[in-house]
Amino acid sequence: MSWFSGWWLAFAFIVFPGFLFSSTVGLALTWVDRLVSARVQWRKGPPAYQPFADVLKLLLKETVVPAGAARTAFLLAPIIGLAAMCVTAVLLFYVNFFPHASFVGDIIVLVYLFALPPLATIVGASASRNPLSAVGASREMTLYLGYELPFLLALVVPIVKTGGAIRLGDFVLMQQAGGPFLYSVSGVIAALIVLICIQAKLGYPPFDIAEAEQEIMSGVLIEYSGAPLAVFRITKAMMFFLMPLFLVTVFWGGLGNWWAILKFLLIVVLLVLIKNTNPRLKIDHALRFFWFILGVLGIAAVVLAFVGL
Amino acid sequence: MKDVRIWGLKRSPWVYHVAAASCNNCDIEILELLTPRYDVERFGIVLVGSPRHADALLVTGVINRKSLPRVLEVYEQTPKPCLVIGVGTCTCNNHIFRNSYNAVGPYDKYLPMSAYIPGCPPKPEAMILGVVKALSKL
Repeated sequence: MSWFSGWWLAFAFIVFPGFLFSSTVGLALTWVDRLVSARVQWRKGPPAYQPFADVLKLLLKETVVPAGAARTAFLLAPIIGLAAMCVTAVLLFYVNFFPHASFVGDIIVLVYLFALPPLATIVGASASRNPLSAVGASREMTLYLGYELPFLLALVVPIVKTGGAIRLGDFVLMQQAGGPFLYSVSGVIAALIVLICIQAKLGYPPFDIAEAEQEIMSGVLIEYSGAPLAVFRITKAMMFFLMPLFLVTVFWGGLGNWWAILKFLLIVVLLVLIKNTNPRLKIDHALRFFWFILGVLGIAAVVLAFVGL
Repeated sequence: MKDVRIWGLKRSPWVYHVAAASCNNCDIEILELLTPRYDVERFGIVLVGSPRHADALLVTGVINRKSLPRVLEVYEQTPKPCLVIGVGTCTCNNHIFRNSYNAVGPYDKYLPMSAYIPGCPPKPEAMILGVVKALSKL
């Protein structure tokens, strides 16, 4: 653990797996997202520097704080999400490269870290004193309650398979020794559930209910402009990088070899294709889908994992 | 710093569509402009849902006593720098409504316009030309 202290820690959070690295890769991935979407629609798509130009422009624009908004909460909310994603990046890379040295319960820490960006959007939206963003915040909250149940059930599967370990390092070591968890019935079901929950956590169609542009005018982000909006976009780009990485780590053998990059890109493209081929759900339909279809599937996966399949 | 700012603005102009009591014809043409056939995302142009995110306002329709305060409010809600582009002949000179008691246009009496795109409605190609001209003036 001596390697992981002092200046190295600051370096890890700010430069290498943390802020600079994962935001750059994340923004590049949002370009991949827009390119694949464009090809699906028979278009040419934006140039490679497009996400960086967007963020640069937003950072240099005027920031409007609406009259009557809770100023501190409104401006601090984006930072909370960004900080959570920086910590997540450090944790995920650390677990993959030093699986023996990770601490007990880091999977639980990661679940809470992934809960912080939606929480940040809810706080920011509620602070903005806009009725449409209040509608967006309530939808985001409902959606969060919806997808968290199957997400946690799906994460029980690798815990059962490792014999009750709640350490991500154990997951990685076990998969390096005995093959990825994905190659079993319960593993496939659980990975599929996590994939759909990632779609919802990112707020991509069919689950872009909280940010519906056409009905509630970007919902939770409606009052954000300039730098805070750029921070929200960077946070989302980092999530787009880290969540497929999390899926690869937990179910598909970790980042042990170079194949992991191909697996990772496959998951990213799958997410983009789901995004482009599904219309937006209503919030009650989404909740019903997560609780009564994915929830039941999740319970089935846990039972199968106990049986040993 | 100013160069970087203008570079960003030119490479990613996000558009908000202000339909200020138009006959819907220009609005339909704007939607056509955003279809895959013209693919304006090549230039970073994206339609956004909130004026707070916008860099360019596309206003359509003849301005009248009822829509004027609304358009001004949307302009004030938009973070600066922002372009205002009038789409359609109505925005230029009130067009066939010029003898109406209610028409108080044209827009540049009230807003700093960047470009007017004449036509009833203008073709998507004309709109692209207008946006390019407005951006190259920056």
